[in-house]
Amino acid sequence: MTETLSAWERVTLARHPQRPHTLHYIQDLLHDFVELHGDRLYADDPAIVGGIGYFNDWAVVVIGHQKGETTQENVRRNFGMPHPEGYRKSERLMRLAERFTLPLITFIDTPAADPGLGSEERGQAWAISSCLQTMAALRVPIVTVVIGEGGSGGALAISVADRILMLENAVYTVASPEACASILWRDPARAPEAATALRLTAADLAALGIIDEVIPEPVPAHEAPHETIQRVGAALARHLHELCATWTAQGYDALLAKRYQKYRQLNYWELQSANASQ
Amino acid sequence: MSRVWRPRRKQPDNPESTGPMIPDDLWVKCERCRELIYVREFERQLYVCPRCGYHARLTAQQRIATLVDHNTFTAWDTDLITGDPLQFVALGESYREKARQTAQRIGENEALVTGQGSICGVPVAIAVTEFRFFGASMGAVFGEKLVRLVERACERRLPVVTVSSSGGARMQEGAVALMQLARTIAAFRRLTDQQLPHIAVLVDPCYGGVTASYATSADVIFAEPGAMIGFAGPRVIEQVTRQKLPKGFQTAEFLLAHGMIDAVVQRRELPQRIATVISVLQGNRQKAKERPVVEGITQ
Repeated sequence: MTETLSAWERVTLARHPQRPHTLHYIQDLLHDFVELHGDRLYADDPAIVGGIGYFNDWAVVVIGHQKGETTQENVRRNFGMPHPEGYRKSERLMRLAERFTLPLITFIDTPAADPGLGSEERGQAWAISSCLQTMAALRVPIVTVVIGEGGSGGALAISVADRILMLENAVYTVASPEACASILWRDPARAPEAATALRLTAADLAALGIIDEVIPEPVPAHEAPHETIQRVGAALARHLHELCATWTAQGYDALLAKRYQKYRQLNYWELQSANASQ
Repeated sequence: MSRVWRPRRKQPDNPESTGPMIPDDLWVKCERCRELIYVREFERQLYVCPRCGYHARLTAQQRIATLVDHNTFTAWDTDLITGDPLQFVALGESYREKARQTAQRIGENEALVTGQGSICGVPVAIAVTEFRFFGASMGAVFGEKLVRLVERACERRLPVVTVSSSGGARMQEGAVALMQLARTIAAFRRLTDQQLPHIAVLVDPCYGGVTASYATSADVIFAEPGAMIGFAGPRVIEQVTRQKLPKGFQTAEFLLAHGMIDAVVQRRELPQRIATVISVLQGNRQKAKERPVVEGITQ
């Protein structure tokens, strides 16, 4: 039903306040979940939630961006925009996953990393970079699901994974369509055009080879939250099962080599031909 | 757009010009203190204002000339050009065409120049950004050149030096540009596993995806005096938070005070400082081979 939507319509759906958020997925898909808090350095960031629990018969670590449904909750959770503490908490939980050989599942749903004074003072770029490094070499299987907004570095920070899945109406982009329109046309109102140009839909990203699977939304997720969550759960189970089979049979070296290749082989360059150089 | 230093030219055809004529290409004006500087003197000062100490922005070639030992630099992968993955068009202008025109105008095919050379006699693999190419933003070719550099450094057992100034990920390449953060980080991770040092130099201005990836993953991070460095740009922060930013916010000195970098280093001091750090970091390599005590640190 949603096949004919424009990129901008999908952006609107991805941002819908009633769209299921990370904690809804955790509630429906995990049992014995224990939320863990704090980065052990400065604070606990409510814009990222994480913890341990069982997903089917696998004990796992789950990390995800968390938006609010009400204005009040959104203010508390900073609209799902993490501070450096959120990324440092994530990194702590990733290390925990490695120490206890628990596969890692991450849910992506953020407009961006927080662009504020305090975030800069406490090293937002350093926190993101550190998360990326840790994920690139983490010795457990990682599956990421983009469930809503995948906003630039703030999203990427917890999505360096062996498999990246994306809901049909989720988006993943280098810059928000509004920011892109401001830069290109000095007019944020032209965001719908920018959304198309940025190729940010799940179908676009699958065509570019960046994501591994598009999870269909026969009706938009906020209209059928439980059905959507179950579909995500089924896809997650399938990918996790495959990865864990490799992991247990061949060890983490094989897993890490494949993860490196997954990113290494994303080639979008051309060779300048000899006659074109003049 | 770009604030790379180049000699200010007189305008002989401008009849309204009444001021003293400045001889062509002989003088430049400091962007900060407005001091007029004789161009040869400016070059001798490595494009640092002798009056106020302002470190002017450099082209990639000027950077290499001020950092790498004379005649030791060999460039790598200069023939890679963008594949325009999104077929991006804005204001009727295709990105592919704009990239081609920019390359012709400035004589560089991408925002990153990579290669091998020596710094104070120490052989290194080095990557230097070119700000005139799309604000030195990181796209697929930038990423590919950097990944190849690091892989070659691993093969040849070379330390890596990066000099970065960038606006962030390249918007015209969308999520493909974003993936370069992960690609480059993963490559640098291999360098770490092999106990090869990465020294990063952050220069004005360095923001977004570059600061949030390989540039801050280095073993030792230096920055030039006064360089503006951060994740979000000051304008974005002011717009979003509606706060006035404090004086000196996001400068190299600010980052040093907040524990984010190791030192603020004058341009003239950079080569020696980098060479010293690399040689000390690698100072026990021979001893480590003789005594297999450190086995297990790698991997």
